Amino acid sequence: MESIAFRRRAADRVTRGLFALSAFVVILPLFLIFFDLLWKGARELKWTLLTDLPHPVGEPGGGIANGILGTLSIAGLAMAGGIPMAVMAGIYLAEYGRGKFASAVRFAVDTLTGVPSIIMGIFGYVLWVLPMKRFSAWAAAASLAMIFIPIVVRTTEEMLKTVPASVREAALALGIERWKTTLFITVRTATAGIVTGILLAMARIIGETAPLLFTALGNQFWQSGLDQPIAAIPLQVFNYAISPYDDWHDKAWAGALVLIGMVLAISGGARYFTRVRK
Amino acid sequence: MRGDNPKDVLFEKATAVFAFGVLFLAVLLFALLVRESVPAIRKFGAAFLVTKTWDPVAENFGALPFIYGTLVSSFIALLIAVPLAVGSAIFINEFAPEWLKNPVSFLAELLAAIPSVIYGLWGIFVLVPVLRDLLMKPAAHYLGWIPLFKGPVYGPSMLAAGVLLSIMIIPFILSVSREVLATVPRLQKEAVLSLGGTHWEMIRIVIGQHCIPGIFGATVLGLGRALGETMAVTMVIGNRPEIFFSIFQPGYSMAAVIANEFTEATGQLYLSALVEIGLVLFLITFVANLAAKGILNTMVARAGRGL
Repeated sequence: MESIAFRRRAADRVTRGLFALSAFVVILPLFLIFFDLLWKGARELKWTLLTDLPHPVGEPGGGIANGILGTLSIAGLAMAGGIPMAVMAGIYLAEYGRGKFASAVRFAVDTLTGVPSIIMGIFGYVLWVLPMKRFSAWAAAASLAMIFIPIVVRTTEEMLKTVPASVREAALALGIERWKTTLFITVRTATAGIVTGILLAMARIIGETAPLLFTALGNQFWQSGLDQPIAAIPLQVFNYAISPYDDWHDKAWAGALVLIGMVLAISGGARYFTRVRK
Repeated sequence: MRGDNPKDVLFEKATAVFAFGVLFLAVLLFALLVRESVPAIRKFGAAFLVTKTWDPVAENFGALPFIYGTLVSSFIALLIAVPLAVGSAIFINEFAPEWLKNPVSFLAELLAAIPSVIYGLWGIFVLVPVLRDLLMKPAAHYLGWIPLFKGPVYGPSMLAAGVLLSIMIIPFILSVSREVLATVPRLQKEAVLSLGGTHWEMIRIVIGQHCIPGIFGATVLGLGRALGETMAVTMVIGNRPEIFFSIFQPGYSMAAVIANEFTEATGQLYLSALVEIGLVLFLITFVANLAAKGILNTMVARAGRGL
């Protein structure tokens, strides 16, 4: 009997240890990746990285300034088109969405959320690059909007649903029109949550590379217009990383450090937004 | 009451238009994929899915090497990710002291925020060399007689892609697993403990019986993620359109071939074949996500009934 009890206790100890170990193994890569990003990215992390155009291989210095501007342009365009559409669709689903049509829309949103981002690149290409016969910021923005919109529709719907029915009823009882109640009471109450969703979706699209490969294409110089090929940080990181040159590898790490800095700043901002509200 | 005020009707209609817009975008995406695939579908038919040749010069295209690479790399990823993610979920939910729970789950979630291209960069310069020198070379040397581990070892390989993918999908499997574990009724867990069971026995009995379908759902969800992952895989899988049994050999995936060859695709048929691969990828991930959602919804419904 004694040995059975011992064996049971031992099994308990061992499995406990294994569970703890698995948690350790899961977060270990995070530390390794950040360590390498800081260690290798710091070498090229100079002020000129943020202000200069890329230099040809072998020539020291040079930056990713055009990529920073390009990434912000593309993401800005995608959001300018995506926010009104996604928020309005979210309002529809939360406030009116009960029928078959609403289920179809929800299904579409779920489907779009799961679509691999490279396929959104094909979407931008077929929709824009093929007919216009040129790579452009517009095409890239269309691809990113396809990733951005479903995320924001979902978070907007969820956030609006957290607004208590009593708030709506109170407004309606005061004789305020329903559309005004929705827009100025319900949406207003949920604003912080909706903005958080928008920021998280923005953090997501800023780091996307695959949809840009054959829409934005990349550009060594400053963008000359939104209907032209445009640089983006993720594309620069990718092209530098797969190049055979050591000094370009350093630039890839530095670019990656800038990119992760932007992504973390935006998602950190999103967290801050929700916290302030509480 | 509703619908009496014309402004209210107008506002509802206005939001409905945008909701319809989202629906339209999903349909448009599918329609465009199909339209552009038509030349390749006409030319190759169903044989496209089981043909091994990928010859852009002769315009002879088959997707099998890419489908194979996508499935195998994703399978390797699941093999690594599922035990680790479920183990961590159990650790966080059942064993971790209160002060440790939030930091650990926060750090795991942070993994999901890292852009794919950064995983790829890290994969090329850190993970691949480490795997090559510490794991693949010795393994190929001593276990090379097993076809699965046959050399020569280059570095970029199916295994490297699988390992990198596993790191990327763990956060998703982990968070869904935690939700699944949280559906176990507290009373059932306490019942086992009060009968003198150890924590491990409690987990094995209650969670084992209760959570297997949910964890399976989480796994399929992770699979959906892994199948479509592009940049990280492209950067470490080796990009060779051939089928090798050994996981130390390079391979290719559906997303990777689209990423690499789309801008080079000169002929109409070449482009169409690439879009068709995109269409197949779309359908596979669609089915995986649908299945995951179905499994998890039944699971939640059952938990709601207290079973």
